[in-house]
Amino acid sequence: MSKAHVYKRDHINTDEIIPARYLNTDDEAELAKHCMEDIDAEFVNKVAEGDIIVAGDDFGCGSSREHAVWALRGARVQTVIANSFARIFYRNAIDNGFYLIESPQAAEKINNGDELEIDYKTGRIKNLTAGIDIDFKPLPEFALEIIRAGGLLEHIKTKKR
Amino acid sequence: MAMTITEKILTRAAGRAAVEPGDLVNANIDVVMCHEVTTPPAIRMLAEHGIEGVCDPDRIVITPDHFQPAKDIKSAELHKRLDDWAKKHGIKNYYRVGRAGVCHALLPEQGHIRPGEVIVGGDSHTCTYGAFGAFSTGIGSTDLAAAIATGELWFKVPPSIKFVLNGKLGKGVYSKDVILMILARIGTDGALYKAMEFVGDAVTDMSMEARMTITNMAIEAGGKSGIMNVDDVTRQYLAGRLKDNRDYTVFESDADAVYESVEEFDCDKLEPMVALPHLPSNGAAISECAGKAMDQAYIGSCTNGRIEDLRVAAEILKGRQVAIRTIVVPATPDIWHQADKEGLFDVFYEAGCVVSAPTCGACLGGFMGILAGGERCVSTTNRNFVGRMGSPKSEVYLASPATAAASAVEGKLTDPRRYMS
Repeated sequence: MSKAHVYKRDHINTDEIIPARYLNTDDEAELAKHCMEDIDAEFVNKVAEGDIIVAGDDFGCGSSREHAVWALRGARVQTVIANSFARIFYRNAIDNGFYLIESPQAAEKINNGDELEIDYKTGRIKNLTAGIDIDFKPLPEFALEIIRAGGLLEHIKTKKR
Repeated sequence: MAMTITEKILTRAAGRAAVEPGDLVNANIDVVMCHEVTTPPAIRMLAEHGIEGVCDPDRIVITPDHFQPAKDIKSAELHKRLDDWAKKHGIKNYYRVGRAGVCHALLPEQGHIRPGEVIVGGDSHTCTYGAFGAFSTGIGSTDLAAAIATGELWFKVPPSIKFVLNGKLGKGVYSKDVILMILARIGTDGALYKAMEFVGDAVTDMSMEARMTITNMAIEAGGKSGIMNVDDVTRQYLAGRLKDNRDYTVFESDADAVYESVEEFDCDKLEPMVALPHLPSNGAAISECAGKAMDQAYIGSCTNGRIEDLRVAAEILKGRQVAIRTIVVPATPDIWHQADKEGLFDVFYEAGCVVSAPTCGACLGGFMGILAGGERCVSTTNRNFVGRMGSPKSEVYLASPATAAASAVEGKLTDPRRYMS
């Protein structure tokens, strides 16, 4: 089971997810220590493996730093559910085999601390605490292909073989 | 089939007969821009995946810029990884420290940007190059690795929004004010995933430097790219600059091309604008925010660190004293040298400013002008997110070089028109 960390805010940007003062490294474990630091300095102490971030519109806007995805992955976040995602962040996530869930209703139907279970195949978020299901549109096939391969570079290697 | 300029460029790059918004295409990449923050991870990932080769070293352009010269041991390691790789692959378009500059000012200046081409870079402000009638977009490290290794990348063809900028800019009003006005209207996700096409008399009147300030901030509206038409101003800028003599293709949108929407703006009555904390879309006219006390002024970056910007700032600072810490960062060595030759450094020195080496520096909270908690900075940069230039408790106010210079003199947000004859 996975706990929801809900940030009822729009435009959570990559400077908040991983501040530029930590961009002098690309070490995932190091980046993970500062994940979400400028929006919630306590996040890294609260998050457990497989937990889920829930947010509003335009999550991941700003810089192209893939470090934002690595910081989240390094912090063992399972996925981010948001009303919408900024473009480069979305692409970076897929390229890293990190699944993102676009769901315009999720932020309203999930409270901080709710237990969630996700069925990626059918596109369903089960909110076990509230006892409700929220459907989402699974990623398109070409993105799933990349995620199944384990990321874009694996995908390229597979295609070349 | 009628197409926009963006659709035409992607059609050619994908080797197709036509494309439309939503199509997934594999596009040939003409230029790959690399800097020391996002490229070393790409190099590492390529090595980890056993992909050693570079598709075409001549299509790669490298400049360290974010923390250049290296600010600490960790960033020095990033520089070293980039340097070793560039040497190993014999990449000739490698701007070492001394010739290195803020990438989005450097690449056009050094003639790497050509109309009709597809450019990607491991930096969100890569959209800047669209000012030259090219398709240009920012990518992360994995995409960068893929582009380096294969010379191509997948794209979803974006729908286009047309921004018609009518009228003439008044005295003391600049392209920075125009893009802040646009952002204030459409918001930081107002053009999410879209190509922003800028046309109109106000654009035609602008220099290439001024145009780049607008396309630079397309990403601040969530845009995939910003793009403008090629005209005589573009051709003149390119003449004598382009790195090779290969012809370039000028594409234009068809009269009946399909846009998702058309936004019209009247630039005649536009006032100098300031984006208040903590979003670039929090724009306010200077008349609404003048008087707010500042602790620092920062004049530089890929948005406004070009020679024109320094000239405007110097004109206001000449014979005056700054009331607050004022940091001037010429974006490239050529700009630095030109400013020196024109005597602008004398002006900055006499006014009490400090001039730094070309770097992205404090724009992203890197170094060379970091803010303490509770401090406010009027900055010619492109983002004012929480903690962007330092402490999460600091505040950044985005403005034009004129507004930043006038505010430096008074120590508070100031209408630059007061200082212009």
